[in-house]
Amino acid sequence: MKRSPALLSACLLAALPAHADGKRFDVRNAAYQSECASCHVAYPPQLLSAASWRAVMDGLPRHFGSDASLEPAIHADILRYLEANAGRRDTAAAGKPLLRITETRWFVREHAGELPRDIWKHPAVKSAANCAACHTDADRGDFSERTLRLPQGVSKK
Amino acid sequence: MRIFACLLALAAASPAAFAQTPADFLAAYAQQAKQENPAYQAPSARQGRLFFTARHGREWSCASCHTDNPADAGRHAVTGRPIKPLAPSANAARFTRQAKVEKWFRRNCNDVLGRACSAQEKGDVLAYLLTLK
Repeated sequence: MKRSPALLSACLLAALPAHADGKRFDVRNAAYQSECASCHVAYPPQLLSAASWRAVMDGLPRHFGSDASLEPAIHADILRYLEANAGRRDTAAAGKPLLRITETRWFVREHAGELPRDIWKHPAVKSAANCAACHTDADRGDFSERTLRLPQGVSKK
Repeated sequence: MRIFACLLALAAASPAAFAQTPADFLAAYAQQAKQENPAYQAPSARQGRLFFTARHGREWSCASCHTDNPADAGRHAVTGRPIKPLAPSANAARFTRQAKVEKWFRRNCNDVLGRACSAQEKGDVLAYLLTLK
């Protein structure tokens, strides 16, 4: 019996926990979804360290130019979720925890090379924070190659 | 029985806390505006539209994200995230939950005006939204 290697590896991936391939993350948390994902993609907690998430959550009244303040009970709930699922890698620069996933070394490396330099300025993308412009299933934490579609007019270098 | 009467009195005293429909919210804002300013008449949809589309000394207006026609879907001015329509005629979930309404007024008024909105401003905006079909 012959099976295609692609199918076999797809089955192996499916058998692993959602985060194991590094491209699919579990972002299912009711409070996180309703409070944070109303303005932006539910960024996978795994992509920042616990220290970074604490710094983000400390600054919610001035959250990247916007008031994203929360009721204390919901704030505590979401912080607990983020800390419990945070990445183990340190995401700091010059001793200060980074607040933006897009400034982490991992993100820069992942997006360097093949993409045009002005990709984040493209009208369909607008901002590096807009994961869903290309990662079509980002809302569900799926950043796998399979769901990746560059917007019309953007091509790899 | 006494507890029931007490609850009823409480409900009457703070209508906003029990509001469930856009009309309840509108009545509560009007009542609060009247308390703050005895000369206050009634919510003005015209004022609400002006308030909604104007900038208030900062970068954004309400319309920056909710568009000039809040019966349409909007888009977050920074992240591009789609925002469901704000007008109750286009989105029946709007102005039905006290905590949610106050949370977004708190955040967004701070973004647009750099302060909280008055009851009069909230009432005018809601009156305007209720005129949209």
